[in-house]
Amino acid sequence: MKSFPGYPESMWPSLEMVEKTRPKRVERAKQGLKIMEPMTLEERDEVLSKYHPDYQPDARKEIRVGPNKGELLTAKVVDLLESHARVKPEEVDLSNPDFDVDVLIIGGGGAGAQAAIWAMKEGAKSIVLATKLRIGDANSMMSQGGMQAAVNPHDSPVIHWLDVMGGGHFANKPELVKVLTSEAPFITKFLMELGVMWDRDETGHLQTKPGGGTSRRRMLSARDYTGAEIMRVLRDEVKNHPDRITVLEYSPAIELLTDEEGRVAGALLMQTETGEFIVVRAKSTVITTGGFGRLHIKGFPTTNHYGATADGVVLAYRVGARLRDMDTVQFHPTGAVFPEQIWGFLITEKVRGLGGQPVNKNGELFVFPLEPRDVEAASFIRECAKGLGVTTPTGRVGIWLDSPVIEELSGPGTIEKQLPAMLRQFHRFGIDIRKTPMLVYPTLHYQNGGIEINERTETNVPNLFVAGEASGGVHGKNRLMGNSVLDYNVFGRRAGIFAAQNAAKNNIGKKLTLKHVEKWEKELEEAGIKTKKISPILFPDYRNFEILKKHRKEFDPFIGFALTGWQE
Amino acid sequence: MAEQQVLNKNEEQKPQAKMVTVFIMGQKYEVPEGSTILNAIEYAGYQLKKGLGCREGFCGACATVYRLPGDYKLRGGLACQTVVQEGMYLAQIPFTPAQKAIYDIEEVKPDISTFQKYYPEAFRCLGCNACSKVCPQELKVMDYIQAIMRGDIELAADLSFDCIMCGLCTMRCPAEMAQYNIALLARRLYGKYMMPKPEFLYKRIEEIEQGKFEDEFKEIMSLSPEELKKRYAERDINFKIT
Repeated sequence: MKSFPGYPESMWPSLEMVEKTRPKRVERAKQGLKIMEPMTLEERDEVLSKYHPDYQPDARKEIRVGPNKGELLTAKVVDLLESHARVKPEEVDLSNPDFDVDVLIIGGGGAGAQAAIWAMKEGAKSIVLATKLRIGDANSMMSQGGMQAAVNPHDSPVIHWLDVMGGGHFANKPELVKVLTSEAPFITKFLMELGVMWDRDETGHLQTKPGGGTSRRRMLSARDYTGAEIMRVLRDEVKNHPDRITVLEYSPAIELLTDEEGRVAGALLMQTETGEFIVVRAKSTVITTGGFGRLHIKGFPTTNHYGATADGVVLAYRVGARLRDMDTVQFHPTGAVFPEQIWGFLITEKVRGLGGQPVNKNGELFVFPLEPRDVEAASFIRECAKGLGVTTPTGRVGIWLDSPVIEELSGPGTIEKQLPAMLRQFHRFGIDIRKTPMLVYPTLHYQNGGIEINERTETNVPNLFVAGEASGGVHGKNRLMGNSVLDYNVFGRRAGIFAAQNAAKNNIGKKLTLKHVEKWEKELEEAGIKTKKISPILFPDYRNFEILKKHRKEFDPFIGFALTGWQE
Repeated sequence: MAEQQVLNKNEEQKPQAKMVTVFIMGQKYEVPEGSTILNAIEYAGYQLKKGLGCREGFCGACATVYRLPGDYKLRGGLACQTVVQEGMYLAQIPFTPAQKAIYDIEEVKPDISTFQKYYPEAFRCLGCNACSKVCPQELKVMDYIQAIMRGDIELAADLSFDCIMCGLCTMRCPAEMAQYNIALLARRLYGKYMMPKPEFLYKRIEEIEQGKFEDEFKEIMSLSPEELKKRYAERDINFKIT
């Protein structure tokens, strides 16, 4: 039997099948044929309703409190929202703020950095950017594949718009999508002028690749470190303006603050290691805290950053902001399944954009490789449910993502040039993805919905702005590849501009309060909700509880220096 | 690993993992073989608030130094990407004190003078290669610093592109420079000033500013849901044209 370095012997026969079917698949792709027909809308509906985790009966439940009361949301989100605040209003003295600024930005990812830069450009004199870990520690940094922008002659913002609407099941706010696709070329140029090294050809033309659910080549990239390249440039630019932008790291917001009239007026921050409170009074507050991957909805692993615990959604909901599309979850089709150490990690969609093919254990194609993510993911789950997946020694199941096809199509060296991060990731565990495929299965990836915004990134609560993954409306019920990077740049910028303009109007009262927390606690009580849970949870809890429980008759999950004890 | 215990409670009990002994910040723990350093720290009972980030090798927050028994070498790695070994003793470095120049990207020139002005310490490189040896991305760190010393910004940008700014090079450098910040300046200069310009991008922006697509938007946004679905289903998917 042929051996396959990095994989255990039990997986070799299937790998051999993949090799056997490869020449024919390559041949078909070389002829420029679609290797599989894309699904019709009816076929999409069928696979989604039967196999997508969102459609399972226990996926959603009714929320009993707050602005969305009575609606069905993702069950775990409901648990998170129906929790107590971290602070009791009567125990906090807000009369002497540490900062009194024009704009407070909560969250130090791409949207937050863009907001800070553009609030400054728009004239905000003082800006505080508060973040839970370090600035740049965010999902923005991890995006590999690219950013969509209609920068080719045969493409247009309108064609892009239609792709986004269809991918989102037409539930998107159309005017937000128009902003997204129309400002994409501009933001591409802005990033380039800050020094982002977009992949270009020798004439300077931006390289573009197809992505799931797109109808044109529209994916811009910077090798497969696209998010990292953008984020480290934005971070550097923020740090170049210490006179105007104060960055507070390891200082998450644990509650928003309001004035006497209920308008948002800043936030209460808490240093994670010392527990020190920091009171920030701000004329405008921007939430850019990202999504909820670390809630491990339905037990899925996640591609997300450690801090992706939906803090901003919790804070905004408690102060009265409406959510939308919080009933859908994006599972990325290609999470790593093997080796065990990288279980759930992101395998960029760029692998398929470059021609990589998903095949089952017999090496057979079973789905068009570039369906929208929810459809592609549901198809993978269906294939495994049919028993056509490949099992690992630890009992996990996946399908093959045949990456060697890429070099057969585009020549040797393509993977090293285009997918260095993926090559390195697998190389660390002895697998060469130029020669052998990767085993993949859907992994929790993105919060499709969030806090509802308009084109000005305003919420229904005065002085509160939201941008990026924390917001809702842009992506409808399913986001397409390359549109989150675009979203955080386009709407992060807008949030900075409109927050600065709002700050100039000075629409806040003098006194800071936590009245909304009193109201919230009352509402929980009236709804008969009895829980020990508190939120925002700030971090997931991966401690080994068996060790901590040892010798203790009763176990308190808050034991030790833990912030939450949020565990299943 | 703790993370998997959380997530796999419904799965069949796996065979008992073999354990290895590691010393986390000087304290001894038994952790499952095959764990990454990060999983091992969590298995031992810590909830980290610093020194970790993306957990997938992209953010550079979990730089860790370690030694192995009987080996004089101080090694470096990312906690989320490095598998524990028997007897490993390790310390996390959640923060690197480092020089970061403040500059105006609109004002700086894409040549050697910029580095002489903002990062003169780059020219103190001793050529010891300690930086490259410790780099968890296996980058040729010394080579890109040497490129900067020659004024070859393009090469420096290319060689440093996969840098995740974890800071390990800086902690090992006898010339006491912050290679990763110097490289970032090189890449920004290259991306902004030296790469060829995408002419069509400027044209497209102009088209949008002039309202070229407004009529099309108006038309498509006025369609009924059924018409819009039909339009979507019938749209031409074409990856050959650009």
